[in-house]
Amino acid sequence: MSLSKIKHIVLVLSGKGGVGKSSVTTQLALSLSLAGHSVGVLDVDLTGPSIPRMFGIEDAKVTQAPGGWLPITVHDADQTTGIGSLRVMSLGFLLPRRGDAVVWRGPKKTAMVRQFLSDVFWDELDFLLIDTPPGTSDEHISLAETLLQKARQDQLAGAVVVTTPQAVATADVRKELNFCTKTGIKVIGVIENMSGFICPNCSECTNIFMSGGGEVMANDFGVRFLGRVPIDPQFLVLIETGETPRYPEGTEVNGQDISTPAQEPDADGTVKKTALLVYKYQDCSLASIFKSMTAEVISAAQQTSSG
Amino acid sequence: MAPSLEELEAVQDVLANPLKQKPQLVAPEPEHCPGPESEQAGVADSCAGCPNQKICAAAPKGPDPDIPVITARLAGVRHKILILSGKGGVGKSTFTCLLAHAFATNPDTTVGVMDTDICGPSIPKMLGVESETIHVSSAGWSPAWAMDNLAVMSIQFMLPNRDDAIIWRGPKKNGLIKQFLKDVEWGDLDFLLVDTPPGTSDEHLSVNTFLKESGIDGAVMVTTPQEVSLLDVRKEIDFCRKAGIRILGLVENMSAFVCPKCKHASEIFRATTGGGRALAQETGIHFLGSVPLDPRIGMACDYGESFFDSFPDSPACAALKGVVRELAVQVGLDGKDIMLE
Repeated sequence: MSLSKIKHIVLVLSGKGGVGKSSVTTQLALSLSLAGHSVGVLDVDLTGPSIPRMFGIEDAKVTQAPGGWLPITVHDADQTTGIGSLRVMSLGFLLPRRGDAVVWRGPKKTAMVRQFLSDVFWDELDFLLIDTPPGTSDEHISLAETLLQKARQDQLAGAVVVTTPQAVATADVRKELNFCTKTGIKVIGVIENMSGFICPNCSECTNIFMSGGGEVMANDFGVRFLGRVPIDPQFLVLIETGETPRYPEGTEVNGQDISTPAQEPDADGTVKKTALLVYKYQDCSLASIFKSMTAEVISAAQQTSSG
Repeated sequence: MAPSLEELEAVQDVLANPLKQKPQLVAPEPEHCPGPESEQAGVADSCAGCPNQKICAAAPKGPDPDIPVITARLAGVRHKILILSGKGGVGKSTFTCLLAHAFATNPDTTVGVMDTDICGPSIPKMLGVESETIHVSSAGWSPAWAMDNLAVMSIQFMLPNRDDAIIWRGPKKNGLIKQFLKDVEWGDLDFLLVDTPPGTSDEHLSVNTFLKESGIDGAVMVTTPQEVSLLDVRKEIDFCRKAGIRILGLVENMSAFVCPKCKHASEIFRATTGGGRALAQETGIHFLGSVPLDPRIGMACDYGESFFDSFPDSPACAALKGVVRELAVQVGLDGKDIMLE
C-alpha cells in the first residue's frame, strides 16, 4: 500500500477554478519543505494538470518500477540547510506531448485517481498534499471514497479550501464546503487568495477581486480562516522564468524589509537561475505569509494524528 | 521505461460513441471498460469475465433516439456558440454574460444562456437571477428570464438551498445537460450561448454529441495571459480539433491592470510566453482581442449587473465591444447590426 508510510494527508480543494489551488499547493509544499518536512504532491487534476509547470519540471517523465510508479523528485532533503525532500506525481508526466488533451469520461478518471492513490511509491513522507481540479464530481468523489477507505483516520488531516474574495467565487466554494461536510472530510481552514494587489509603482493596494469574502465564508461555516494572500506578480515570475523575486527598496511584509534578497546574486549581478526553487522562494513576499499558514496546517495535522 | 498513456488514442473512440441510455449494471465498471454505451460494450477484450458483460452486450446499439428530439427542440435557434477554456477562473462565465448582454442590447435579438457547469454554476449570480426557479408546463421547462430578451438555464435554479453541493458523477451530469437541451422551451433564439466548466471531460463531450446534429457555429476560447493557463487552453484546442468543433477565436482576459491611482499598467498574470496572441498565432486561431483586468467587471458580476450599462466609458468596455464585433463577424453577421451604439 503506497499510502501506508505517509504521516499526514492534506487535500487542497476549491469549488471554483483558477483561484490558485495549484499555486497554494505549491507554496504549501515549499513551505513545508523549508520547515524540514518531507513532502509529496499528488496532482489529480487530470484534464488540466498545472503542478508540473509550477515546479518547473514539465519535461520530466515518470519511471515505472515493479508494481508502481516512482514520483518525480524536485529536490532531495538537505541536512545542511535543513530542507525536507519534495516529490511530485501528476498526469502531466504521463503525456507524450504537453499540449495533448486528455478527453476522459468519469469512469476512466475514477480509475486513474484510484491508481494514483495506490500505485505511486511515495516511500516515507511527512506530508502528502493532494491538488484537485475544480468542482465536486468524479475526481472528488473517488478521492474521498478511496481515502476514507484506504487511509487511516489519523493520516487524513483534512482539506485546505482555497477561494478568491469575490462573491461569484465564494458561491462555488460554499458548495465545496458542503461537499466536505457530506463526505466527512475535515476542513483545516480557508485561504483567501488574490486578496488585493499592491501597485509596484505607487504602492496603492487595489482589491481587484474585492476583499474579505473568504473570511466571511469561513465564519458562516464555522471553519478556521487561515489568512489572506495578496497577488504578487513576482511569484508568477519566479514560477514562469525562475528569476528570484525582487522588490523595490523599502518594501515591507509584516514589518520586515524584503527588498534585499537573502540569496546572493552572481558576481555579474544577475540572479542565480540555477538555485533550487525552494531557496529562491524564500525571497518571495508570500513566503512569510505561507510560513505562518503552514504552521497552522502542521499543528492541525498533528492534532488529528494524536487523536 | 517511462509509462505513457496508451489510452490517448481512445479519444476518437470516445468522440465517436454517441451517448445513450446507460444499461443498468450489476457491478461497477472495471478499469479498462470501453464504456457501457460504446459499440464495443460487452464484446471488447476487457469485457471477458466482467459481471456486466451480458447486460452490456444486450444493450441497444446505434444512435441516441433523443438526438433528433434535441434537434427539433433547437430548430428555432439560429446560432449556437460554446464558450470554452481548459483552465478554470479565466472568465468563461464572465465573458458568456458580457456576450449575452452585448447581444441583448439589441431589443430585436433574443439570447439564451445555458450553464453546463453543474458543480460550480456562476451564470445565475452574474445575470442577477440567482433566486429563480424552473417552471414546468406542458411545453417543457421554462427558462428564467434575466431580461425581456435574455433567457437563462442553470442547475442553480433547481437547488433547494443556494449553497447545496452537487455531488454527481459524469453520467448524471450528462443526463441533466441532455434535459437542458431536450426539455427546455428555448423557443426562437438568435443566439444560444453555452457556458462550460473547465476541462475536457463529460460535459464537453456531451454538449458536442447532443448538438452535433443541430449544428454548432463554433467555440470561443477564453484564456488569461500566463503560461500556466495557456497550457490548459492548448489542451482544449486539441480537444476541439479532435472533436471537429470550429474555433471562432481566442480572447485574452485579465490582460493588464491599470492602477486606479497612478495609471501604471501592471501585468499581473505576466505573459512570459507571449500570451493569448502568441498562442493564437501558433495554433492558427483568430485572435479576437485582449480585455484588460478591470475590478469593476468582477463587481458588476457579483451584483448581477450589466457591465456595459454600468461603465460604458471604461477602456475594458471598449475592448469588449471590439471582441464582440470580431466574434459577430466570425459567425457571419455584420458587427454593426448587433450592437447598439
